[in-house]
Amino acid sequence: MTTIGIPRSLLYYNYFPAWKCFFEELGAEVVLSDKTTKNILDSGVKVAVDETCLPVKLFYGHVQNLKEKNIDYLFIPRVVSVEKKEYLCPKFLGLPNMVLNLMKDLPPVLHLDIDISKKNKGFYRKIYKLGKLFTPNPLKTAVAFKKALKKLSEYQQQLLMGYTPMEYLDSLENGSISKQKYDFKDSKKNLDKREVPQKLKIAVLGHSYNLNDSYISMDIYKKLRDMGANILTTEMLSQSDQEKGASNLKKDIFWTFGKDIIGSAYYLLDQQMVDGVVLVVSFGCGPDSLVGEMIERTFKRKRTLPLLFLTLDEHSGEAGVLTRLEAFVDMVRLNKKTA
Amino acid sequence: MDGEITVKITFPHMGNLWIALNTIFEELGAEVVVPPPITKKTITLGVRHSPEFACFPLKVNVGNFIEALETGADTIIMAGGTGPCRFGYYAEVQREILQDLGYDFEIVTLEPPQGSLLGLAANIKRLANYKSWNEIYRAFKIAWQQINALDIMHAASLKVRPYEEQKGATSKAYEKAVSLMVEARNTDSIAESLSQGLQIIESVSRVNSSRKPLKIGIVGEIYMVVEPYANMEIEKTLGEMGVEVHRSIYLGHWIKEHLLPKLFGPGDVEEIKKAAFKYLNHFVGGHGLESVGRTILYAQDNYDGVIHILPFTCTPEIVAQSILPEVSRDYQIPLLSFSMDEHSGQAGIITRLEAFMDLLEQKREKEKLLGAV
Repeated sequence: MTTIGIPRSLLYYNYFPAWKCFFEELGAEVVLSDKTTKNILDSGVKVAVDETCLPVKLFYGHVQNLKEKNIDYLFIPRVVSVEKKEYLCPKFLGLPNMVLNLMKDLPPVLHLDIDISKKNKGFYRKIYKLGKLFTPNPLKTAVAFKKALKKLSEYQQQLLMGYTPMEYLDSLENGSISKQKYDFKDSKKNLDKREVPQKLKIAVLGHSYNLNDSYISMDIYKKLRDMGANILTTEMLSQSDQEKGASNLKKDIFWTFGKDIIGSAYYLLDQQMVDGVVLVVSFGCGPDSLVGEMIERTFKRKRTLPLLFLTLDEHSGEAGVLTRLEAFVDMVRLNKKTA
Repeated sequence: MDGEITVKITFPHMGNLWIALNTIFEELGAEVVVPPPITKKTITLGVRHSPEFACFPLKVNVGNFIEALETGADTIIMAGGTGPCRFGYYAEVQREILQDLGYDFEIVTLEPPQGSLLGLAANIKRLANYKSWNEIYRAFKIAWQQINALDIMHAASLKVRPYEEQKGATSKAYEKAVSLMVEARNTDSIAESLSQGLQIIESVSRVNSSRKPLKIGIVGEIYMVVEPYANMEIEKTLGEMGVEVHRSIYLGHWIKEHLLPKLFGPGDVEEIKKAAFKYLNHFVGGHGLESVGRTILYAQDNYDGVIHILPFTCTPEIVAQSILPEVSRDYQIPLLSFSMDEHSGQAGIITRLEAFMDLLEQKREKEKLLGAV
């Protein structure tokens, strides 16, 4: 059986259920890199250009990790754009090229360019081309693609119900989550099911690939929950809520993830449905340097919702992060009592 | 004036861009406040109020704006963009920053025509005090001619500088030539200033040397390449070390690429894409693809080395930076990458340049020997 290696990094957190389904439908086996460890990160940092942002360095590490596994292909899609007039960060646009130029002796890379910024005409052709490697029958590819899309929307629904990507993706490997029915009528109700009443509610905003990698984020979700807070992430807010928040901007923001983050932040600021917001940014992230600044300034001006701005890099120490989180949660709690 | 509100227009510094913008708005009858030249103070102001890891040009812009607003400007002209490079969102962030500082101003973002042609037209018309499109066209045409003339003079100065007898003579001559161009406001006077300026540059007294200077190409992010203060006058430094520098990006290129429809685009885009294809086969925003492609073209033109300049944390250029070492190995062309920001010091840069020169000289000697055998 053909085995396909997928790095447990970057867009894994957004699209893995779909990728896995697609390749398995076509009769291939999907192999993931191990969960992030210090070794994986270090091996990525070693090959990367200094200034590269943390998540991309980590991606290199996961590719190195896959190299040691017995795989036939490496899947590194180039996701340029997933929404009209929007892009992902430039580093996603050059990702396969950076990997190929920085690392030697890699298994052959499966390419797939996804760009629907202007039109999505070529999109299906590219999918068929990818499918051709596994089956000569385009119909089979079409079926696999359709199933993959279904898996993706299932995944996104579970996230809207309050599961973090990490929880759901882990369950793909050990089957720990029992799927619940999504209530389309009232999106907020879905979230309530998973919440512990009478507790603080803190939103953790940032890139999925930073927050859900418990090594990189130092398991910020667990830390906050242990401190007695319910958490809310960008994935738990529906697209339309995020759009609502982003409509406060004078000019549409052209990074998809940046828009999700700033849209969520502004939505939460308007709705007052959480007690505090933690914004997690990785050092050297281009879009976040601007998105973060906009959020910080707006929150400061309004002074209605406490914000913690947390910057992570490969030198971040767990103790420092914990101290800041504790101080923040204490402050939020005090704020709530006096309010 | 009869009820007309006069605005005082300002804009960011970027090499000689101010000359052209000054021309456009003055010719259209607007009042212009050119920001004071970039100094240490500009940078300090910009850095103090900008996001910590925003790219350097944003910080310098903010410094320019603060200094211009302090001297009476109230309308800022800024270019926009449709991504994915951060530059396209600069104006939005800069507006927030300046608002929080309490300035009373308006920022007008000129979005590229791909974004909204009508919006662009409306903004231009408004800034031009609703003058006729004919007059607007004329002002833009003159400014465009100035830019092209300035680019030609700049290229000439790069050719002369490595041979100059007295250090700094070329730079002085170039400055004089530029100052002629500032005042030229019609096609004839621009042509005349150009020929005069070129003459001034050409007449710099040169040493008679049989030695062929090293040839170095400069690639990278446009702001850092075009703005001498931002790149620590790297062209001048190299030239005075006796190097013939070639610059791949000029303001004229950028304007063609961003503000004019594709039809008038620079002819070498396809060539650059083709050259880079094996290493980078997709645009990455900014000038990342150009940096890779042009490095290869320089190698094919037998340049001795390439210097890559980028602002610290520039995402498109980091993609290029990750790919260039492989290009450098394959094409045997030495490459030096400078990531610059407010913390860069000239001494450090000079040291690295000197080491780089030594390497290039050695490589050249070695190749000469190989040729002799």
